[in-house]
Amino acid sequence: MTEGELKFFIDVVTEYFEQITGESAGMGIPYIKSEEPAVLSFTGLIGISGPRKGAIYFTAEKALLSSLTREILDLVDPDDDSLLDMVGELTNTIAGNVRKSFGADFLISVPMLIKGKPTDILMRLKPPVFIVPILWRKEKAFLAVGLE
Amino acid sequence: MIVDDSSIMRRAITKYLTPLGFEIVGTAGNGQEALQLYREQPAELVTLDITMPQMDGLACLQALKEINSEVRVLVISALSDSQTGLKALKLGAKSFLPKPFTEAQLINEIQRIAGSKP
Repeated sequence: MTEGELKFFIDVVTEYFEQITGESAGMGIPYIKSEEPAVLSFTGLIGISGPRKGAIYFTAEKALLSSLTREILDLVDPDDDSLLDMVGELTNTIAGNVRKSFGADFLISVPMLIKGKPTDILMRLKPPVFIVPILWRKEKAFLAVGLE
Repeated sequence: MIVDDSSIMRRAITKYLTPLGFEIVGTAGNGQEALQLYREQPAELVTLDITMPQMDGLACLQALKEINSEVRVLVISALSDSQTGLKALKLGAKSFLPKPFTEAQLINEIQRIAGSKP
């Protein structure tokens, strides 16, 4: 995957937070995943097929997803199912929106929702896996992209 | 009728449309559920996601149109490439709203499709 292609994802994440909340998310410097797992408490993973193969995931803690859910639904204390749904929808939106750049044959699966911190969720990501650190309202999240 | 595999999206769309006086006849989490619900409770207007398990939104749109060619469908999807939008319109959708959307954007599209806005 090229640097330019990674920028498509970063732009989509930036636009998402601006559109939904009116507040920009800060993007850290992307790095290639090594041994250190970049997985937080709630994760949405989407498989990619077609000419490009691999997966992406978005992972975040409860606080970030609660704030986002509150922005959309005015829910004060969303339950864990709602937070999982939120992270799945967010990941789906990111993967769907990058089709503007990758084209309609960038085929995306429905999101797989993961609660907790499995040792690793690399199985569908094709190395090298790029990790983009995200900071929004002082809460961190990660976007991981691993495409052939 | 609201069709989306995300409960957050179903609840958000319900929340945005209810104050406008729309009656939500039901919600569904995939295309198959949507078809079953539509046969039981035909809606005048359907919001329809595309990427869903079991039956996706485009297949569901085609089936809905076979049941009732007059049903008005707003496709709401994160698949924001132009080909997908065009395909939805060719299959008979009234309009296509890309995710993420704001409350104002949704209301604008719904009112336009419902005929209460030019």
